[in-house]
Amino acid sequence: MTAPDHHHDHSDLTETELRVRALETVLTEKGYVDPAALDAIVQAYETRIGPHNGARVVAKAWLDPAFRRALLEDGTKAIATLGHVSRVGDHLVVVENTPERHNMVVCTLCSCYPWELLGLPPVWYKAAPYRSRAVKDPRGVLADFGLSLPKEMEIRVWDSTAETRFLVLPMRPEGTEGFGEDQLAELVTRDSMIGTGFPKTPGAPS
Amino acid sequence: MNGVHDMGGMDGFGKIEPEPNEPMFHAEWESRVLAMVRALGAAGAFNIDMTRSHQETLPPHVYLRSSYYQRWLLGLEDLLIDKGFVAPQEITMGHALEPARPLKRGKFTVDDVERIMMRGKFGRDPQSPAKFKPGDLARARNMHPTTHTRLPRYVRGHVGVVERVHGCHVFPDSAVLEAGENPQWLYTIVFDGTALWGSDSDPTVKISVEAFEPYLEPP
Repeated sequence: MTAPDHHHDHSDLTETELRVRALETVLTEKGYVDPAALDAIVQAYETRIGPHNGARVVAKAWLDPAFRRALLEDGTKAIATLGHVSRVGDHLVVVENTPERHNMVVCTLCSCYPWELLGLPPVWYKAAPYRSRAVKDPRGVLADFGLSLPKEMEIRVWDSTAETRFLVLPMRPEGTEGFGEDQLAELVTRDSMIGTGFPKTPGAPS
Repeated sequence: MNGVHDMGGMDGFGKIEPEPNEPMFHAEWESRVLAMVRALGAAGAFNIDMTRSHQETLPPHVYLRSSYYQRWLLGLEDLLIDKGFVAPQEITMGHALEPARPLKRGKFTVDDVERIMMRGKFGRDPQSPAKFKPGDLARARNMHPTTHTRLPRYVRGHVGVVERVHGCHVFPDSAVLEAGENPQWLYTIVFDGTALWGSDSDPTVKISVEAFEPYLEPP
């Protein structure tokens, strides 16, 4: 895997790589960790978590009003009833977009994120431009993502400063009448569940 | 501490640049750093607030110049040295030179992987009744501890509305000092954008933070 050119913060790769290897060797030799367990952690992250989990939850909420109500009441409890979605930690708060209100999630202090449902956060979520501006100029941030909201719509920014985690329930796109759960889940993007995007519209180029 | 990590409301960091089809890791070493931090945390070498604190105390120029996982690596090295699990010369040499310090929950093995795939539990039984209820006004205290805290600077001194009560949670300001969990009530407090950013800022914006009871006082 190589980093694209504009990611200038990945310089000194070789020095960093050596340092990481040195540390892992020390930890292994001291008997703190089994390298095979580290492999297993990485593999679990790479295969088991990701926005496909969140997309199932959103699609289900769009189709099932009772599940939607339960989800908004207690996200962790509601998701535990879905066998096919990975279990999530306590205190997952699901916040719903409406024609009057758009929600957006940030962690100004670092990188808190509902990773069981969305995977590990993207670089931009953890970087200074988003963390600094999301709370002060959310409309400007949304413009960076190519989004424009009606002038009078309320924007609610949730700063994840504790062990609560937030998932945005986006509005169901028009033209999806009669869609099943699988079809709907395909329209749900990661960014639409952070609040920096909208779900895909059926038929539109992705 | 009033560190550079507390960036809410700062200007000048530029445009957000989403990367299309971003991979989970940009290099293998990033995944090893993540795994080491998760494994050692689960083994009881440190708690999550100590890992946060050790990144926040990196010198500001180092924090800003480093990528996300570089910060994790630097913070991890600092923390392991600080707690006596690793000696600085061991990191330099890339080999163990001194006896290991026992881990609270023992060596991290393959059998432990499953339990870290769900977030830890931070909710605790209340020790006393909550001081605020939904709808109450609360002021974020004008406090500036030099140790780890989760009350961002941009809300300090401002009055917001209590929207949700999340029960009692482990208090990061105590846990970071290994001074016990000291559970505290946790609230969602909502502020008007104009209260934080001035009367000429966007009137449609509301911002909430998750605030522990010791961060709050009556308005």
